[in-house]
Amino acid sequence: MNAVYMLWLRQIKKYARSKSRIVGALGQPLLFMVALGFGFGPIYAQAGGGDYIQFLAPGIIAMSILFTSIFSGIEVIWDRQFGFLKETLVAPVSRYEIMLGRTLGGATAGLLQGIIVFFVALAMGLRPDWDLVPAALLVAALIAVFFTALGTAIASKMDDMQGFQLIMNFVVMPIFFLSGALFPLEGLPSGIREATSINPLSYGVDGLRAALTGVAHFGLATDLTVLLGLTAASVALGAYLFSKIQA
Amino acid sequence: MAKRKQEKTGPGKSDYAIEVSGLSKTFGTGEKAVKAVDGVSFTVRKGEVFAFLGPNGAGKSTTIKMLTTLLQPTAGQMRVGGLDAFLQQDEVRKRFGIVFQDPSVDDELTAYENMEFHGTLYGVQRADLSGRIQEMLGFVGLWDRRDDLLKTFSGGMRRRLEIARGLLHHPEILFLDEPTLGLDPQTRNHIWQYIQKMNREEGTTIFLTTHYMEEAEKMADRIAVIDYGKIVAEGTLFELKKKTKSKSLEGAFIALTGHAIRAEGAEPGRVMRMWHGRR
Repeated sequence: MNAVYMLWLRQIKKYARSKSRIVGALGQPLLFMVALGFGFGPIYAQAGGGDYIQFLAPGIIAMSILFTSIFSGIEVIWDRQFGFLKETLVAPVSRYEIMLGRTLGGATAGLLQGIIVFFVALAMGLRPDWDLVPAALLVAALIAVFFTALGTAIASKMDDMQGFQLIMNFVVMPIFFLSGALFPLEGLPSGIREATSINPLSYGVDGLRAALTGVAHFGLATDLTVLLGLTAASVALGAYLFSKIQA
Repeated sequence: MAKRKQEKTGPGKSDYAIEVSGLSKTFGTGEKAVKAVDGVSFTVRKGEVFAFLGPNGAGKSTTIKMLTTLLQPTAGQMRVGGLDAFLQQDEVRKRFGIVFQDPSVDDELTAYENMEFHGTLYGVQRADLSGRIQEMLGFVGLWDRRDDLLKTFSGGMRRRLEIARGLLHHPEILFLDEPTLGLDPQTRNHIWQYIQKMNREEGTTIFLTTHYMEEAEKMADRIAVIDYGKIVAEGTLFELKKKTKSKSLEGAFIALTGHAIRAEGAEPGRVMRMWHGRR
């Protein structure tokens, strides 16, 4: 258990020390909020959607959690490249504990990033339902664990950073854009509709939106159930693939 | 020496710290397959200092990676601390410590944090940990720099930290993969003295690789020379010198492995090209 704590602590320290990463991971959500929020706001209101910032904010919070978490998971590749992975792999600790510690640490960083963006969104006009903020935190934590474990699983199968751009373009970006973070899931053409409904982040965004603003597509109960199942599966997959790493 | 006596009576099975038979590792498949380690067999007795020597790319590090559960062998058996190093990985990891050939420290952590991380993972008791860390950082002259991030360290300082970390806990078996590479003679001496003391006082089995022949001469009870993935000679310093009619280990090493300069680094592809070029 000490080992799990130590690995968790390491991820947190690395996150807290990478000021550029925190600022960078803040800039993007801010840009999205300003450009899309204020840019599309008038049209969205005209179309009868109401306050777009209110709609967009949960999506952008989910995005920041997605990015921070999945990159925390993918850090396994950096550790491999710089050699530190070996140090953990030969330690007298099971690989499952190592994976668990890393994942919890990465997920905590993702969650913290989400909370920071939540405050930014507050400043920009988000008016959340404070009673349901704990539920939002739970959803946020599940998103964070799910994507950290997914990042770990992917990184466990990669030998170097070459595939990084590929993951960015073909995994992370589609997950974000096809999640309902930016647009409502109602009345979508077929194809997009199926894609969004099999996208794990759709349930995260919907859960956050349901908890923070009371508007939902799938419903909070469905979102939580789906996220719980997916998170368990991704942690199991990540732990399995991580345990098979050879250095 | 006490070890001689042991040799005469002949060791029982449980007297071995490391037993390897027919160990092989092939990278890649088909045409591109490279046999980095090719049917290697040897034993290391408990409490012995065993030097594993060979030119660059000979298969030393690959063998150590397999023995330390980092790499899965293609074929063969290996027992470390009496346990199957492939089937009982979690148990085996409790028996050994290792100083790696290439960097394995975390740049984003301080020297102290690197040590603390290691000590905790290796189950050093909380009460002993800070004292041990102070002792070992002091030993390699880094105590004053304990709160600095590793990324501010020079190459030699990193190397010293790697060694201090590897010696933080005292395992049954210690693997040292070119531990003193790039260190000045003073530091090298200092470190080997410590390791020798560990070996004598605690009976720690030492499995070392080095390119400094005088280190192996001074330290090793027995020496194995590996080349192109195969063991080409094994024995005491005296036996190797006698076999090759050489005056020094360096002479014996050259006699056994030839004068050809090997591809730098152990990248399998490069080794293969060299190999095929030679045949």
